[in-house]
Amino acid sequence: MFAKFLPTLSIFAFLILWQGLAIFLHSHLLPSPENVARLFWQHCESGELPHHLGVTLWRLIESFTISMFLGCVIGIALGLNKKLNAFFDNWLVIFLNVPALVTVILCYVWFGLTESAAILAVVLNKVPNVIVTLREGTRALDKELLNMAKCYGFSRMKTLRHVILPQLHPFLMSATRSGLALIWKIILMVELLGRSDGMGYQLHLFFQWFDIASILAYTVAFVGVIQILEFLVLKPLDNLALKWR
Amino acid sequence: MTTVHIQIHEKKHHGTEIPTIENFNLTLNSGEFVCLVGQSGCGKTTLLNSIAGLDSHFSGNIQIGNKTQNSKIGFVFQRPCLLPWRTVRENIELVFENQNAIPKAQIDELLNLMQLSNYTNAYPKQLSEGMKRRVSIIRAFAINPDLLLMDEPFVSLDAPMAREVRELLQQLWQKRPHTVLFVTHDLREAIALADKLVFLTSRPMRVLKEIDVLIPRYQRDTQNVETFREQLIQNYSELRLLIQ
Repeated sequence: MFAKFLPTLSIFAFLILWQGLAIFLHSHLLPSPENVARLFWQHCESGELPHHLGVTLWRLIESFTISMFLGCVIGIALGLNKKLNAFFDNWLVIFLNVPALVTVILCYVWFGLTESAAILAVVLNKVPNVIVTLREGTRALDKELLNMAKCYGFSRMKTLRHVILPQLHPFLMSATRSGLALIWKIILMVELLGRSDGMGYQLHLFFQWFDIASILAYTVAFVGVIQILEFLVLKPLDNLALKWR
Repeated sequence: MTTVHIQIHEKKHHGTEIPTIENFNLTLNSGEFVCLVGQSGCGKTTLLNSIAGLDSHFSGNIQIGNKTQNSKIGFVFQRPCLLPWRTVRENIELVFENQNAIPKAQIDELLNLMQLSNYTNAYPKQLSEGMKRRVSIIRAFAINPDLLLMDEPFVSLDAPMAREVRELLQQLWQKRPHTVLFVTHDLREAIALADKLVFLTSRPMRVLKEIDVLIPRYQRDTQNVETFREQLIQNYSELRLLIQ
């Protein structure tokens, strides 16, 4: 019974610790939770925060969708075809290790400070991670179930839908969760370097003004959105797909 | 029911000099239950995979009825190979190409014959190993196959459970006879089930001897099966290694 309240208790403990430190230090570098909450409300009322949050979320949806689609297709193909994997393996390792900042700068330099260059930079950073996760998942597929599908004459689409994708579900969810976290961070960098709206752009402004309270207020807003996404979309999806367990 | 001609000149695995199968010729008469008996690792599963089209790297010809390809083949694997995320009924129905033409009444009858009527909505993890084998047998029978391949389907079951599933399989096959190629290394199991025993050599695998089981099915109790086995040992010295 007590364990049920532990997550809430830990949040309250953190808030109390934060409040205590803010009172103790009494510095504008660490505003109190109350101050952050007040600013959060002000930014919401002015419409500024919802606008920039909306812009960033839209970029997140676009780049996430493209990355997941490309990553899944290429990852499954590499997992199924050894020759294809041997051809692309080195490139995958290279792209996994190119710093995100380099990709972002190169995209802006080569394609201009445009929206599509920004999305391309995010996609190029995320796709290798999805490919690797899905490739490993595909390699771990149960060969006997694939043989069963082949023996009973399943079409490729039927095999993909009923035999392969359910087995890849844990890998897809892992790529989705890590993807959301990674893309969010890269988008902020992209916005900071070359866009005139979005959370990254705003955080850059607040940094220049040393407005720590506003930076924390924007962070709280985004963390809140990700939590809502987790509880309203990802968890129910997980439960639906894994009800047989 | 369909006559089946199997002719494999040579089947080699990658990186091996000695063929796994060589000059293998076998004919299964329509509606015949044939048991292949050979030592573990002699290439029985490779043969079934070649017949089922799961492995096409061999020289030879498989003719099922008038067709050399696209025949309806039911396969009961060593593992039940059920999709854990689908219920018993969904696993069976999935093997039908056209989901609008699923013979639901026929599936109900098969479930009833295999005593699984109360488990149609259960997931595989809720079933015992014996029940899972029964589902995979129903799935193979449900499509009315031209040829039914069974690869040691009772191999990991304990003796009482294996006997129970074997008896249910016999009852089912007698009600719905199909041409069956059943692989086993257990001679008692083979005698209990087969119309014809086919003994195999090891590496390369060839047909060593074909023997008809002349005991009527209703008389195949433990005693008669054992007597027939002892007669085989006495009469065919060349089979001694396989039989013991």
